[in-house]
Amino acid sequence: MEKKPILILGATSSIAQASAAAFARRGYPLYLAARDQEELTRIATDLSIRYEIPIFCGYFDAEAISVHQAFFTKVLTETQGLSGVVQVFGYLSATAPGKQQEEDLKTITINFTGAVSLLNLCADYFAQQQTGFIIGVSSVAGDRGRQSNYIYGAAKGALSLYLQGLRNKLYSQNVRVITIKPGFVDTRMMFGRPGIFLAASPDYIGERIARSIKTQRDIIYLPGFWRYIMLIIKLIPEKIFKRLNL
Amino acid sequence: MTNTIQPLSGWNHYPIQPCKIIRPERYRELQAQPSCIARGQGRSYGDAALNTKGAVLLTERLNRLLAFDKHAGILQAEAGITLAEILAVIVPHGWFLSVTPGTQFTSLGGCIAADVHGKNHHHAGSFGNFILNFELILAGNTRLICSPTENADAFWATIGGMGLTGIIGTATIKLMPLPSTQMAVKSIAAANLEQIFTLLADPVYDDTYTVAWIDTLATGSNLGKGIIMTAHHLPAGESITTVKTFNRKLTIPTICPDGLLNKYTSKLFNAFYYRQQLRNTITIVNYPQYFYPLDSIAHWNRLYGKKGFVQYQCVIPEQHSFVAIKALLEKLTQAGYPSFLGVLKRFGASNPGLLSFPMSGYTLALDIPLKDQALFHLLDALDAIVLQYAGRVYLAKDARLKPDIFRAMYPNYPHWLKQKQLLDPENHFTSSLAERLQIGY
Repeated sequence: MEKKPILILGATSSIAQASAAAFARRGYPLYLAARDQEELTRIATDLSIRYEIPIFCGYFDAEAISVHQAFFTKVLTETQGLSGVVQVFGYLSATAPGKQQEEDLKTITINFTGAVSLLNLCADYFAQQQTGFIIGVSSVAGDRGRQSNYIYGAAKGALSLYLQGLRNKLYSQNVRVITIKPGFVDTRMMFGRPGIFLAASPDYIGERIARSIKTQRDIIYLPGFWRYIMLIIKLIPEKIFKRLNL
Repeated sequence: MTNTIQPLSGWNHYPIQPCKIIRPERYRELQAQPSCIARGQGRSYGDAALNTKGAVLLTERLNRLLAFDKHAGILQAEAGITLAEILAVIVPHGWFLSVTPGTQFTSLGGCIAADVHGKNHHHAGSFGNFILNFELILAGNTRLICSPTENADAFWATIGGMGLTGIIGTATIKLMPLPSTQMAVKSIAAANLEQIFTLLADPVYDDTYTVAWIDTLATGSNLGKGIIMTAHHLPAGESITTVKTFNRKLTIPTICPDGLLNKYTSKLFNAFYYRQQLRNTITIVNYPQYFYPLDSIAHWNRLYGKKGFVQYQCVIPEQHSFVAIKALLEKLTQAGYPSFLGVLKRFGASNPGLLSFPMSGYTLALDIPLKDQALFHLLDALDAIVLQYAGRVYLAKDARLKPDIFRAMYPNYPHWLKQKQLLDPENHFTSSLAERLQIGY
C-alpha cells in the first residue's frame, strides 16, 4: 500500500531535517511546513533528490494561531490524507535586555500554545481516521524548573503534559502519541554553549524519532541516558533543589 | 548564530590552533566575516582551514543537493556536502565522480579550493576540470556565479585558491558514467625507482587509474622499490558477485601512544604490504575498497599519536622527475625518517587554475610522523631539491612551507594576487596558511 505523507512542523530546524530524512529513507512522502520558504525549498529539493519521494511544502507560522485551521485544511487537501505528524518547532529566547516579557510570552506561544493549537486539529483528524501518529518534540528542560531556563522549561513541561493527556484520550481511537525528550543536541540552539560534549547529533535524534513509530514506547528520552539524569534531577528534594545553581 | 572558540587542526593534528568557529545552518547565513576562512570537513593536512585572527566558517550543515540531471550526469549541491553523500546518490544511477581524492569524507567546496586530484590525473586532470560553475560569496554578501566562460578569471583563481578568493557556496559538477561498481585491480612489482618510472611511463602497463606505492625504507640498489597498482572500472556485465568485501568498521581510539609508527613498525608494515599486494595479481574489488581504503578505519590519523604527522607532497616536471625524486628519497632514507605512505604518481597536463597544484610530471607523497623539530629541517632540505628542479609542494598538505619558497614554487602567484585583490580588496578571506605564507597582501 502507498504510504501517506507525514507532516513535519518546523521543518527547517536541524532535528526536523534529520527526522524528515529518516522518514524519507523509509519511503514516506513528506509535507514540510515552516516560515523560511527559501530554506524550505532547498531542504525539499535535497530530500526529493536523495530519496526520490514526493515532497509538499507550505508556509506555517506557529505563532499565527488564527490561520492554523486554514493551514491544516490546505495540507489535507494537497496530500489527501496523512499518516502522521511530527511537531518539531520550538523557540529558545536569546537574552535580550529590556524585552524579557515579550520574549517569555513568545516562548510560551511557540512552544506550547502554538503546538496545542495545531496538534488539536491533527488529533481530531487522526481520531476520525482511527489511525495515525502524533510525535511531539518536547525537552528534558520540561521535567523540572531551573533558574537558567524555566520559561522554556515551563512551556515544554506543559507540552509534555498536553501530549500525555492526548495520548490517554486518543488511545481508544488507535492513534499513537509519542513524546520525544531530547537532551543536548548539536543544533543552532546549543552550538557553542558549554556542555556540548554531551550533545547528540541531529541525525541520531532524527533516526530515533523515525524508529519510534515502530516501538511501543510513549515517552522517549534521547539519548536514552537522559532518562536517568532527569530521574535524579527530579528526585532531588525541593528544599535542596531551590539552593542549587543548575 | 552563536560562535565558540575551540582548538582546531587539520586532519594531521598539526598545528593545533584556537579558532573562533561559526556554523551557519541556513544558506543565507553563509556570509563573509572581516577575517574568515570556510572549512568543510577539515581533511586538509595543515593550517589551510584554520584562522586564529578571525573566524572559521563551518560549512558542514550546508550540504543540500539542489539538482541532479540523471541523463546528463550533472549535479548541483551546496559546497558543504561530502563526496560520500554525493556518491550515495549518483552511483545507483550509474554515475561516478570524474575525479576523486583518496577519501570520500571531504567536502565538495574543499575539493574545489584544493583542486584535488585522483589516480586518474594523467588522463582526466584534476577536480577543477569538471566544475561547470559555482557560486562565490564575497564580502558584503555579493554572490558571483563563476564558470570557465562567466567570470572566468575569478573561476580559475578559486580553483586551487585555498578558499582565499571567497566562500564557495554551491557548485555544479560534471559526473562520469559508471559501468559497474566493481574495479579490476592489478599489481606489478618493481625492484627499484628506475623500474617504477619505466613502468609508469609505459602505455602497456597503464590503466584508467595508475599509482605506485614506494617502500621509502629501501636503500641502495633497492631505492624506490615498490608496486605499481593499476585499475579500471569493470565493464557492465562483467561484474561478479563473490567480491571480497570489508564490512569491518575499525576505529582508532583517541588515546594512541606516541611513537607507535616508528622505523621498526614501518619496516614491518612495508614488508607485509609488499607481499600482500603481490599475492593476487588481478583482483576484483568494490569501488570504495579501491578508492577509499583508509575510510574504513575511522580516525586513522590518531595512529600517529598526539604530536600528529605531516604530509609532504610535491610534483616535479617530467624532464627532471627521476633525478629529483631519487634525490628526495635518498635524502629521506639518509635522515632515517620512516614514512608509511610513499606514493608516486604520474600527472597529466595542468589546468588554468592559478594556484592549482598539479602539473605535467610526477608527484611524490609522504606521510611522516612528527616526532621532533628536526623533521622540519629535513623538509626544508626537500623543498630545496623540489625548487632546484622547478617543482612545487601541495598547499592542501602543507603546514610548514616558507613565504619566499612558496613564491618561487608558484610562479603564477602575482597573477592570482591580482584576481584576489579584485575579488577581495580588503582581504576578508584569509587563513593561518595564508598568514604563514603571506598570501593575499
